[in-house]
Amino acid sequence: MDKRIVSARAVPRALLSVLILQLRFIVDKKVLMRGSHVIGEAAARAGCRFYAGYPITPQNELTEYMAESMDRLGDGTFIQAESELAAVNMIIGASMSGARAMTSSSSPGISLKQEGISFLAAQELPAVIVNTMRGGPGLGNIAPSQGDYFQATRGGGHGDYRTIVLAPASGQELADLTRTAFEYADSYRTPVLILGDGMMGQMMEPVVFPDPVDIHKLAPKPWILDGARGKRPSRIIRSLLLNPSTEEERNWKLMRKYEMISREITRAESYMTSDAHMVVVAYGTAARIAKGAVKRVREMGLKVGLLRPVTLWPFPEHNLKELSRYVKDFLVFEMSMGQMVEDVKISIEGRSDVHFYGRPGGIISTPDEVAKIINTIYHRRHLEED
Amino acid sequence: MVKKVFGRPKYLKDAPFHYCPGCGHSIIHRLVAEVLEELDIGDITIGVPPAGCAVLAYDYFDVDMGEAPHGRGAAVATGIKRTLPDRIVFSYQGDGDIAAIGTAETIHAANRGENITVIFVNNGCYGMTGGQMAPTTLLGQASTTTPGGRNAARDAAPIDLSEMLAIAHGSVYIERTAVTSPKTIRGTKRAIAKAFKTQMANRGFSLVEILSPCPVNWKMSPVDAVKWIDSAMTKTFPLKVIKDEVGKL
Repeated sequence: MDKRIVSARAVPRALLSVLILQLRFIVDKKVLMRGSHVIGEAAARAGCRFYAGYPITPQNELTEYMAESMDRLGDGTFIQAESELAAVNMIIGASMSGARAMTSSSSPGISLKQEGISFLAAQELPAVIVNTMRGGPGLGNIAPSQGDYFQATRGGGHGDYRTIVLAPASGQELADLTRTAFEYADSYRTPVLILGDGMMGQMMEPVVFPDPVDIHKLAPKPWILDGARGKRPSRIIRSLLLNPSTEEERNWKLMRKYEMISREITRAESYMTSDAHMVVVAYGTAARIAKGAVKRVREMGLKVGLLRPVTLWPFPEHNLKELSRYVKDFLVFEMSMGQMVEDVKISIEGRSDVHFYGRPGGIISTPDEVAKIINTIYHRRHLEED
Repeated sequence: MVKKVFGRPKYLKDAPFHYCPGCGHSIIHRLVAEVLEELDIGDITIGVPPAGCAVLAYDYFDVDMGEAPHGRGAAVATGIKRTLPDRIVFSYQGDGDIAAIGTAETIHAANRGENITVIFVNNGCYGMTGGQMAPTTLLGQASTTTPGGRNAARDAAPIDLSEMLAIAHGSVYIERTAVTSPKTIRGTKRAIAKAFKTQMANRGFSLVEILSPCPVNWKMSPVDAVKWIDSAMTKTFPLKVIKDEVGKL
C-alpha cells in the first residue's frame, strides 16, 4: 500500500491527537499566536492604555493589534501618528500624565524615535519601545536582522544615558518580557526597549499569558502631571538644566540609577555551560539557531554550551567573566556584522579567545551552518593542544 | 482701608522674567495666567513649553508643566490630553518651533481635532539662538542667516501656518492678534480666553497666534519694534479671526 495514502484507521487517530492538543491548549490556557500579537496582548494585560505608532514592516501586526485592543478595552488610547517622531512624543505626554504607554517600530523608524528616547531618559519617564529589527543600514530590507544592537545598547539618542534592553527569544518570552518591560519602566522611571526581529515578530508559538493587571491597583506615581488641583505645588518635568553643575548632578543621579539597574536586573540563560570548553554567545533569534547548533555538536561529543543574554543592557558581564575561568573559546553569533561581540570582549578582558560568526542583511543561518563553525574552532583548539 | 486693584496673577510664580527688554513673552505669559485664573482652570491645567526663548516658561507659570522636544508640543499635549481628557492642556510655542520643525505635529494635531489650546508666539525670528531666519521672517527682513534681507528665491517666502491650520478639518478656532498696544493686548487676552473656553466646551483644536516684538534680534528699540509690527508685520500676517466654528461661548 502507498504509505502516502492515509489509512482509514489513521484519520480518526490524527483527529484525536489534534483534539487532545487543543484540549491541552484550553486546560493550560495556551494560545497559538504570532510574536507581534503576543507583544500586543501582553502589553494590554500589563496595563498599557496608550499606544501611538506609525506603519512600518515587519511590525505592522503589532500596531494593528493595539488598534483593536485599545478599542476593546474601552479605556485605552490608540493613535496612528503622522510620524515616528510624533508617536514617541505622544508617548512622552501620556507617560507624563501617568499612563502605561508604548510605541513600536522597526529599525529605520526607531532611528527617528531616538530624540524622544533621549528625552524619556532625561525626564525619567517610563515607556516601552519595541524594535522589530530589519535589515539595514538605510531602508535595508524587511528581513530579520540584529543590526541595531549598537543603537539599542549604546543609548541611540544623544547624551549620557542608558536604556534597558530586553531580548526575547520565544513567544512565551515575548509575553513575559513585555510584562517585565512595563514593570521595569515604572519602577526605574526609564524607557525600556524590547529588541526583537522580523522572525520573532512573525513566528507563531504557543503562549500562556499572565493575568491582566488591574490598572487601578498599580503603584501610584507621585510625580505625574495631572493638575495641581489646589492640593499640592505645581510640578515640572523638564530636561533643560542650563546650569552645568545642576546638569552634572542630574547625570550622576541617572548614573546611580543605572548602576542600581545593573545590579538588580541583569539576566542571561546558560545552556550546557557547566562542562563546556567552548561557549556560543547569542541573543534572540540567533540564540534559537545557536541552541540547535549546540545540540548537534553535543551529539558529536563536543563540550559546547550556550550563553544567551536576556538583558542586552545591562549586559551579563559577570556570567561571561565566570565562564572565562574555564572556557577557552567563545563564539559570538549574531545576525549582523558583529556588534555584541564588542561587549563579550569587554567582559572577557582577554582571558579567552573570542571568535565571531555573523550573517547580516536578513540572511538566516541554519543550525548546521553554525555547527560547522563551532566544529572548526573547537577542533583547531584541540589540534593546537595535542 | 487699602483695596488691592492690581497684582501678580495667581498662576504666575513670584520669579523675575529672564526675557529681553521689550520682549512680548512676559506680556503673553501674564495674559495666559490671568485667563487661567479668571476661568478658574489653573488647578487642572497642564502646560507644555517649547524649545526656544519660552522653554523656561515652567519657571514662571504656576501650573503643572511638561517640556516638549523642539517642535513636538502638539504631540506631547496630545498624549497628555488623551490620557486626562478632563484636564486643560495647552502648548506654548514659538514660530520656529511650530511652523518649521514642528509643522507636521501641529497640522496633524489640528486635523485630528485634538481638544488642546496652542499659544503661538510669532516674533519672526529664532530668538533664543540669536536671530536666525524663521519660517515667518518677512521678505526683505534681515536676520543673521539672511544678512541681505530674506529673499524669496533663496530663502522662500514666509509661511502662514495659521491659515494652513484653518484648512485642517479638526481646527475650530484660530485667531491672530498682537501685543503692541493696550487695545491689541486686550484683544489678545479675549482671544486666549476664547481659545481656552473652546477647549472647556470640548469643541476641538484652538490656537491663538500672537505677533510679538523681538527688539534685540530685530536690532530696534522696543518702541520701534512695536511700531514695526503694526506697520510691516501685519501686512504679511494680518490681525484677524482666521477660523471660528465655535461662535459665542
